[in-house]
Amino acid sequence: MYIYDDIDQRIVDERVAQYRDQTRRYLAGELSDDEFRPLRLQNGLYIQRHAPMLRIAIPYGLLASRQLRKLAHIARVYDRGYAHFSTRQNVQFNWPALERVPDILAELATVQMHGIQTSGSCVRNITTDQFAGVAPDEVVDARPYAEILRQWSTFHPEFAYLPRKFKIAVNGAESDRAIIQMHDIGLGFYLDEQGEVALEVWVGGGMGRTPAIGAMIRKHLPWQHALSYCEAILRVYNRHGRRDNAFKARIKILVKAMGAEEFARQVEAEWAQIKDGPSTITQEELDRVASFFRNRTYETLSDDVPAFNEKLASDKAFANWVKRNVHRHKVPGYRAVTLSLKPTGTAPGDATADQMDSVAFLADRYSFGELRVSHEQNLILADVKKSDLYQLWQEAVRVGFATPNIGLLTDIICCPGGDFCSLANAKSIPIAQAIQQKFDDLDYLHDIGDLDLNISGCMNSCGHHHVGHIGVLGVDKDGSEWYQITIGGNQGNSASIGTVIGPSFAADEVPGVVEKLIETYIAQRTDEERFIDTVRRIGVAPFKEHVYGEKKEAAHV
Amino acid sequence: MSKLIRNNAVVQDDWTVVQLAAPAEETVRKQAGKVVIFKLTGEQAASAEQVAGTLIPATGKVIVPLAVWQARKKELASRLAAGEVGLWLETFELVEDLVASVPDLNSLPVIAVHFPRPVDGRGFTIATMLRTRFGYRNEIRAIGDVLRDQLFYMKRCGFNAYAIRADRSAEEALASLRDFSEPYQGAVDNPLPVWRRHARVAAAHAVTVGRTPASHEDEVD
Repeated sequence: MYIYDDIDQRIVDERVAQYRDQTRRYLAGELSDDEFRPLRLQNGLYIQRHAPMLRIAIPYGLLASRQLRKLAHIARVYDRGYAHFSTRQNVQFNWPALERVPDILAELATVQMHGIQTSGSCVRNITTDQFAGVAPDEVVDARPYAEILRQWSTFHPEFAYLPRKFKIAVNGAESDRAIIQMHDIGLGFYLDEQGEVALEVWVGGGMGRTPAIGAMIRKHLPWQHALSYCEAILRVYNRHGRRDNAFKARIKILVKAMGAEEFARQVEAEWAQIKDGPSTITQEELDRVASFFRNRTYETLSDDVPAFNEKLASDKAFANWVKRNVHRHKVPGYRAVTLSLKPTGTAPGDATADQMDSVAFLADRYSFGELRVSHEQNLILADVKKSDLYQLWQEAVRVGFATPNIGLLTDIICCPGGDFCSLANAKSIPIAQAIQQKFDDLDYLHDIGDLDLNISGCMNSCGHHHVGHIGVLGVDKDGSEWYQITIGGNQGNSASIGTVIGPSFAADEVPGVVEKLIETYIAQRTDEERFIDTVRRIGVAPFKEHVYGEKKEAAHV
Repeated sequence: MSKLIRNNAVVQDDWTVVQLAAPAEETVRKQAGKVVIFKLTGEQAASAEQVAGTLIPATGKVIVPLAVWQARKKELASRLAAGEVGLWLETFELVEDLVASVPDLNSLPVIAVHFPRPVDGRGFTIATMLRTRFGYRNEIRAIGDVLRDQLFYMKRCGFNAYAIRADRSAEEALASLRDFSEPYQGAVDNPLPVWRRHARVAAAHAVTVGRTPASHEDEVD
């Protein structure tokens, strides 16, 4: 992974000093609440329901064991012994004291971490595929570009106060696991006809209260121009994006209002002015940054491991785990492993300090001391020898991270919701837990197969409900909590936004509704058809009928 | 009176910023962006009455609102020639309109950008475009809600003068211009990104994550 030099280190150290002084001035009454707000937000600090919430960046989801131990340490010393991994590959602490945040940031700086631009109206953490660099279907490892973009966007003086937050995602694999079509800018890397790295540029996707699939405004951009093209997009947005209404301030609204063609035309006109300038990425700089992502020394191994095959045949629990939580790797004899942060009965994405230490230990022992955070809120060991899988599984079982549910119904994406977040209309974690409890039969879960169930506590959509095969959205009706259900959303190459099935439900009805949706699917599916495929084939109506039909009958009783 | 920082020093300001006359109560006209014609930005455009009613001091150096300048060029022509007229614009006004309003942009000794709120980031693009697109060489001044915490970014975007709010220390604000010593990206003040300024370390020579390499046992506590 990328390692700081003196320049990177000085930047985060100077940031800590700057923020320490800003906090001091706020506490001394020299800065008003309104003046301090954008300053603390751009360091990741929200004022929340119970206490401030501190969001720490995990650039494109890559984390060293040493950094994870630091997070565990912070959880113990400054928080309540746990942390929450978010859907944007970041990590959040829910109970820090505002006065001690400068100390937390100083601790983070010692392991090359920070909270810079994890909130506020600026370019946020850049996200990518959690299997970048190891996925067999990868064409271009997008991480060096993500790092170059990270540096470029850090304290970009012109774009620090945009109309609204701005999220960039990059992907270099055939299958898009970074949901680039649902970001303010999505960059899809590929090899062009000449075999050169190029990118397609998507703009104006996003979730939130106005979900939108992005528009592709450029099909072919040579990689050297990635920064200048983003600069052109951001300049058009910074000038013309709405600032009078926060709900209409995202770039997707501007793109919709202008029309994607007109927006693209203005970006191209702006880009023509700055193209080939000093921000053109050089081969030398790309090679330098890329060197940090290539310095793996994989052993030459056979992919045929007899001992592994024996365990697979003899141990069903292990086989279940391998089926769901182990992923193919581009190097023979290696596999990527997802450690599930979704065991039944816990808040999705939460990890205790002890668990973080345990995972750091596993990363050191089995995976070059590194791990990744996925937007599905799980942790990944990306470089595990196939011959180590059985032993790793046993250790993961011991620390509670071996639930074999990756990609299944109980692998729920879920925001912190009304229990923690002051924006939320409704609680989300108890809903996730109730659904997990309803579907705790593992054989049934595996029979249901691939299913993304995503829960957001409000229309800000941190739980990605729009792209869940089943989406649950907390809504407020006359001061009480209700849940709107959508089906047919999807992430990836064929991204789509879910359709609302009908009137909302009370919290205790939600698990039953999910069950009805699953029953409809089981009754209607053809062989090999996933839930999303069935929804796309037969439409929403049969699902709706089954859910509401019986509800109506019940009402007559 | 606000205090002025110009070129890294606190100085006496010999310019008067001319304020637009207050709008009549019932004025509800809104500015429809000229480029973005599909929406109302919600910002008040100056009315003809406001422009006509704006009081410009008879003598001395004045920074006048763009809208006033556009409508009343004739009465200011001789003072412009004498180098005593500057312009200021709101962040929602288009920099292209300002550029088009004078034959020679550099005949203006000062252009000021009014920040209605510290977080209105359009001013950063306005300054950047004045410097890089339109070749403006004279003073670009930040006026309005100017706080020290935005100064470093302003400087990087081509501002070189800052009217610090009267209730804040200009001396402390001056220090914040040095908050960061080596920024990553190119900007107006230095167009070169960091990798064109310095030879940077590649992986083979990098140390490790964290300043003090140590075995992981030391970290657990």
